[in-house]
This record gives sequence, structure tokens and C-alpha cells, in this order.
Amino acid sequence: MSIFDPRLVRGDIAQLKRVVNGHPLTYLDSGATSLPPRAVVEAMDRYYALHHANVHRGVYQTAAEATALYEDARTAVARFLNAPGGASEVIFTKNCTESFNLLARSWGTANLAAGDVVLLSEMEHHANIVPWFQLRDAIGIEVRFIPVTDDFRLDLTHLDDLLRGVKLVSVTAMSNVLGTINPIRQLADAAHAVGALLAVDGAQSVAHSPTDLVAMDCDFLAFSAHKMLGPTGIGVLWGRQALLDAMPPFLGGGGMILDVRTDRFLAAEAPQRFEAGTPPIAEAIGLAEGIRYIEGVGIDAIRAHEKQLTAYALSSLADHFGDSVTVHGPPAGDDRGGVLSLTVESVHSHDVAQILDSVGVCVRPGHHCAKPLMRHLGVAATARASFGLYNDEADVDVLVEGLAQATTMFA
Amino acid sequence: MADLEELYREIILDHYRSPRNRGELTDPAAHRAEGFNPLCGDEVLITIIVDDGVLTDIKISGQGCSISQSSASLMSAAVKGKPVSDVRQLIDTFKTLMTVHGAQLEESDVEIEPVDLRSLGELAALQGVVKFPMRIKCATLGWNTLTQCLDDASL
Repeated sequence: MSIFDPRLVRGDIAQLKRVVNGHPLTYLDSGATSLPPRAVVEAMDRYYALHHANVHRGVYQTAAEATALYEDARTAVARFLNAPGGASEVIFTKNCTESFNLLARSWGTANLAAGDVVLLSEMEHHANIVPWFQLRDAIGIEVRFIPVTDDFRLDLTHLDDLLRGVKLVSVTAMSNVLGTINPIRQLADAAHAVGALLAVDGAQSVAHSPTDLVAMDCDFLAFSAHKMLGPTGIGVLWGRQALLDAMPPFLGGGGMILDVRTDRFLAAEAPQRFEAGTPPIAEAIGLAEGIRYIEGVGIDAIRAHEKQLTAYALSSLADHFGDSVTVHGPPAGDDRGGVLSLTVESVHSHDVAQILDSVGVCVRPGHHCAKPLMRHLGVAATARASFGLYNDEADVDVLVEGLAQATTMFA
Repeated sequence: MADLEELYREIILDHYRSPRNRGELTDPAAHRAEGFNPLCGDEVLITIIVDDGVLTDIKISGQGCSISQSSASLMSAAVKGKPVSDVRQLIDTFKTLMTVHGAQLEESDVEIEPVDLRSLGELAALQGVVKFPMRIKCATLGWNTLTQCLDDASL
């Protein structure tokens, strides 16, 4: 496995040339959103400058160009995910959160009844919890959680019991707090063995490790473009064609119908059925360009780079701080992604993040929209540093220097 | 860096390390209110005793960053033993301190009377917070919760 040179990527990211608070910007918040390379920004600029028109409607030249660019983006997503049914399985949403809301409202309402169980995990983001609670409150399903072990992994010892009555398992591929990479294929096999489906939250995984829907054998996958070098405002719900074909529409309006009369409407086929109104066209083009950028570097190389960087960061933090800095997550390894949730002894995570900002380091303090997990960990907040393909060991060294400053100030 | 030192003044760090009036009043006559900052998970529980229009005792518990905890601690020291009317006045003054600069940051044309920092005593140490707009909610959490407590008790 050849590991690429992150310096080449850094040259493509304008924001990494900025100086903030007198220091070069050190961006360690890719778990929240990634920094787009110039090619992504230029692709969207070019669209607005030359090709902008509404999609799926006009017959004129630029409308055809806009439609082709938008649908090419769907094809790029399907290729990137190795979607077994191709582009028609790719639904564009607003973001990963809307993807889960679509899944819960459309598939959930049509396929679940009172007493049916949806099995989540304790390490889920609120986006994969709250929509299921809303559905529970509306139709009386049960929401159950796979617990997390003391070594920050899913506790699958009682999975057979947990799966009783389950119609859908919905689990993150990689925790946005712990960095834990979950055994998706194992969960897919276990879910399918009891006639349940598996939905996967790919928000933290798609930009950082290979996604192969055929190998994963899941039934739904949700993620956002802006965490994979693309723009905000667009996300994806991928689903198996047969499942999408049987799902009722989510949002209603133009673009999602075959026919409307004064007494009824007829919905279009998937994926258009789920894309009411003018879609985020420029954003889809940006997403596709982000995917092409990732493919150019190589997703295997990105994973190898981030794995090595995570191992370097974990050992560097342990060397410098011992027990005074705790990393809430598994040790370096194959099931460990580049997300480091830190607590610093006697310094609150907000203060850690504030002091790091003063030396130009961007990390995220707080509960990371995963309050059930934070309660399990027994911490109110952590300071989270998360990597992207553009980070390198020098970024980790600056983080360590900033943390040393925080421990001194509050000593 | 100067700004950072202005934010984390020694008084603030002192109140964070050794919070005053820490705990919870168990007296059945105590009024209580809980405040949360849903964005960051900070939480504060305030219990007070008001006797004949005077806030005679206050205890604060909860968890959060140095700014939210020290601001609540400084507040408890400032309001304890004061008539409720003075407490309300102080809350208003403090919240104005937290918004004057906020308005300046947005280059608002609205003229707001400057706060007399002398009337705030040690609380003036928190004025550095307003240069960090993301932290103003931390500093005001305890104060909003005390307002809630007084409102709930119709004081």
C-alpha cells in the first residue's frame, strides 16, 4: 500500500494557508465537516457560471447540461459505493440527518407497527436516534440499544437476545466520538438471519475507509457530502432498489410525481419519488467532484494514512501526558478511525478547545450529538480532534503543544 | 494571546478551582431552578432561600466549563444577602455587560448605555468573555437560571 504525501493535498485546500490568532491554521475537525479542495469549489463555480438551469424540466441546451451533471453525480456516488443496483438506488437528501428522517418516516411508517423493534447502538449520533424515538411516539415501535463495552466497542455478546422482534438494525459504521469502526458485515448477517434489515450511518466512514455495499451487505446507507470533501446542503440515502420501490414518498411537491389531479397524485419511481422540489444541483456536482478527488488519491491510501496518523497521535498523547489526558476510544488498530475524543484532567473541554484556538488549532468541544454515549462514558463533554486526508504528524505535534499549554494554565 | 489571558483571569480560574457556595440547599422552603446549555452540555442547579425580600442563602451545583462555573460562583458571592430587587438589578447589569460588546461586535447602531464596571466588583473580571461570542452563553447560564428561579417563585 503506497501512502500518499498529504502535503500535496494540503496545497489544494485554501483554508489551510490561513493564519488565525497569529498561528497557521491546524484543522482537526474533519469529523464535523471537511475542508473542500479547490477542485470542488471550482466545479460548483463553473456550474453556476456556465451550466445553471433547473434539472429534469427544460429542453434547452443548458437545462440538458445541468440535468446531465446532476445525474452524473448520482452515478459517481453509486460507483464510489459499489451500489449493486446502480445510480437509481441513490437518493439525494439535504444531509445525513434528513436521510435518517426519510428512512424512519417512509420505510418505518410503511413497514413497522406497534411492538416492532428497531435496534440501535449506544454509540449512535442523535441523527440515528431521534427519528426513531419520533416514530415510536407516533406508532408505538420499541427502540432498543446495543450497549458499548468498557473497551469502546459494541457489546455483541447478547446480540441474539437483542435481535428478538427486531425489524431493523441501524448502526454507525464508525463512531463520531470513539472512532470505533463497527463490524458491519457481521451485523448484516445477524440482522438478515432474523429477517431484519440493516441500515448504516456512514457519516464518519465514507471519506476515511473503503465503502463496498456488496461486501457490507447492508440494506440502507446514509451520509453527508460535507464530511467527504463536498459542500454542505446535500446528503445521500442509498437503499436497495426493491426496498426503495416499495417505500411511500417522504416530502411531497414538484419533481416527485408522475401525475397530479384535483383528487390525487401518482408518485414517480425512486429515486425521483424522494426528491421533491428543485434539488441541490450545484451541491450534487460538488459532491461528485469530492468523490473524484478521493478516488484520485485512493480511498485505501487515505485509510492507510489516517490509520498511521491515529497511531502516531495516540502514542504521542500517551508519551506526553500519561494519565492526565484520556482518549475515549479503542487503541490503534484495524477497528480504529481517526477521531480522538479527549478529556484533560481538571480542564473542561470548552476551555481545552478555547486554548487550542489561541494557537490556531480547530477541535470540537461538547457532546458531539451523542448524549447517550456520553452518559455511558460518564463525561459531559470531550474535546474531539478528528483527522482528514490533509492532516499530518506536524498537526498532531501542534495539538500536543496546545494541550500542554492548557494543562499548564489550569494547573 | 492577550485576549486569552483576559478571558482566563486569575479571579475566574480561582472561582473555577474553588467555587463558592457550592452544593444544594435541602431546606423545604428553598426555591430551585435548573439551567442547561444544550449546545455544550453545561448544567447548573440553583437553590435559594428568600426571607422577607432578601436572598439570604444560595447554593449552586452542576458541571461545566471554567467560564460557566466561575460566573455562577462569582454570581453567588455577589447576590448572597442582597434584597431581591438589588439582585434583579445586578442580573440586568451583568447581562448588559454581556450584550454591550455583543452589539459592538455586530457593529450595531443601537446605543446601549455603558455598564459602570465599578458596580460589578469582581464580576467585572468576566468582561473578557464578550470578546469570545461563543462563550457568552457559558457566562450567562447561571444568571439566566437565577432569573428563572426568581420568576418561578414570583419573587
